[in-house]
Amino acid sequence: MGYSSSMKPALEIKNLSKTYAATKVVDNLSFSIAPGEIFGLLGPNGAGKSTTINMIGGVTRIGGGEINIYEHKITPHQSAPPQAKRLTGIMHQEIVADPFFTIQQALALHPGFFGIRRDHQWYDYLIDRLQLRPHIHKGMHQLSGGLKRRFMLAKALIHKPRLLILDEPTAGVDVELRHTLWQFIRDINASGTSILLTTHYLEEAQQMCNRIAILKDGCLVALEQTDILVQYERTRHFDLHLRSPMPTIPPVLQRFNPTLNKAGTRVSFVASANDDIGAIVAELVASKMVVHDITSSEPSLEEIFLRLTRETRPKH
Amino acid sequence: MQVWTQTLVTPILITSLYLFVFGATLGERISVVDGFSYAQFVIPGLILMGVINNSFTNTSSSLFMSRHLGSIADLLVMPLSSKQIVAAYTLAGMLRGLLVGVVVGLVSTQFATLPWAHPCYAVLMAVIASMLFAVLGLMAGTFADSFDGLSLYINFVILPLVFLGGVFYPISILPPFWRTVSQCNPLFYLLDGFRHALLGTGDISLWLAFILSGGLTLILILAAVYMVEHSKRFRA
Repeated sequence: MGYSSSMKPALEIKNLSKTYAATKVVDNLSFSIAPGEIFGLLGPNGAGKSTTINMIGGVTRIGGGEINIYEHKITPHQSAPPQAKRLTGIMHQEIVADPFFTIQQALALHPGFFGIRRDHQWYDYLIDRLQLRPHIHKGMHQLSGGLKRRFMLAKALIHKPRLLILDEPTAGVDVELRHTLWQFIRDINASGTSILLTTHYLEEAQQMCNRIAILKDGCLVALEQTDILVQYERTRHFDLHLRSPMPTIPPVLQRFNPTLNKAGTRVSFVASANDDIGAIVAELVASKMVVHDITSSEPSLEEIFLRLTRETRPKH
Repeated sequence: MQVWTQTLVTPILITSLYLFVFGATLGERISVVDGFSYAQFVIPGLILMGVINNSFTNTSSSLFMSRHLGSIADLLVMPLSSKQIVAAYTLAGMLRGLLVGVVVGLVSTQFATLPWAHPCYAVLMAVIASMLFAVLGLMAGTFADSFDGLSLYINFVILPLVFLGGVFYPISILPPFWRTVSQCNPLFYLLDGFRHALLGTGDISLWLAFILSGGLTLILILAAVYMVEHSKRFRA
C-alpha cells in the first residue's frame, strides 16, 4: 500500500528522540503509517525499535519530538490522551501476563480497562482464530511459549484497536504457528486495522509489510516500500551452468570476481543491474562454452538489511 | 483476592495470635490502663495494625511485582490517568486492610468488649489509616529496587512506626523525650484517634487526630499522583 499525503496517518512520528544515561537510543526518528497499512520496523538488537514502541504505547516517556495516533498528539510534556490509548493495541516483546489470571479471566477484564464492554462475538472470534479455546481455563504459568504469544495477541486485540503494534509477535514460535499468526494478522489488517510490526524474521517483514523502515543506533537508515527496498541492492546473483567443465575462468567474467564450483561446471557471480548479461553469455558461447542453464536471483531483504545496518551512516 | 490465603487468612491468623497473647494471656497480668483492661486498650491498636500492615503490603507488593515481572507495561498502555492508577491501587490496598481489620475486630470480641463510643469516627479513622498506608505502600513499591529493598521499608519504617506509635502502651507513660518523639509519629494520631473513637478517651483530641491524619493522607495522595505522573521509576 502506498502512502498518500491526503490520508490522515494512523500513526505519525516526528523527530522522536530518547536518551538513556547519555546514550541516544532513538535519534530524531520520523515516519508515518497510513490507515490500513502494515509497516515493518526492522533493526538489529538495540537499534531502538522497542523503545520507539514503548514511547508510542506510553510505557516510556518521549524524550523529544512528537507522536500522533490518529491525530491525538503525544509530546514530552503531554502524555498519551486516553483516546489515543483506546485506539492502540500493543503486543509486547516480553511475555507480559498477570500470573494470577486464567486466559478467560484476563480477556474478560481487559476491555473494561479501555472503557468498553466485552463483545462476546469478538471474544469468541479471537479465542477460536488463535486456537485458545481448549486453554481458556489455564493460568499463565500453565501456558507454553506459543500459547502465551497467542494470548498476548488476543489481549492486544480484545478492545478492537485501530492501530495494532506487534513487537516481535512470532519470536520463538514454531513454523506452523508462525504461518497461522501471519494469516491471522493479515486478516486483522484486511478489516482496517493498521499494523506496526517489528521482527527479526526478515522473511516475515518481506511477506507482511507494505513498507519497511530500518533502524540502526536509533536512527533511520532506510524507509521504503518493501518491493522497492529489495531492489535497493542494484545487483543480481547469477549462476551459469555449463555442459562441460571450465578449466579456467574466461577474461570476460574476471571483473565480476566469480567463483567456480569444484566440478568446474558452475560459475557464480554478482553483476550490477547495468551489466549486459546477454553480451557476457554471447562472449562465453563464442569462446566455445556451452551454457545450458542460467539462474539468477535478486538479493534478499536479509542481504539488504545486513548491508544497510553494517555500512550505512544514519540519515537524519 | 486470587491468593486469599496469603492476603487475608495469614494476616488474620497472625493478628489473632497477637490478640490471644496480648489480650487473653499477658493482658490479664497487666494493670488497667486509663480505666480500661489491657485487652480493651490493646485491641484497637491491634485492629489498626492489621489494617495498616495489610493496606501497605497490598499496594507495595502488587506494584513491586508488576515492575519486577514487567506486567506494569500492561497498566501503562491502558487509558488510565495517574489519579485513576493511584485510586485503583489505593482502593485495593484499603479493601484488603479493612477486610483484615473487620475480621480481627470480630475475633477480638472473644477477648474483650469495647464501648464503641463513636463507631462512625472509628470506621472513618480506619478508612483514613488504610488509605494513608496504602498510598505509602504505593510509594515503597515504586522506589524499591529489589525484594530486599521492599522488606527494608516494612522492617525499618512500618514496624518502628507501629511499635513506637502506641499500639501496646499509652505514650503518656513514656519519659518526656520519647513522648515527644512518639508525637512525631503519624501513626500515633491514627492510633490515638481510633482508640479514642472506640473507647471514648485518648491522649489527644479526636478532632486533632482527624485533622492531622486526614491532612497527611491528602498530602501523600497528591504526592503519589505526582510520583505516578512524573517519576522515572514508574515510567522511564
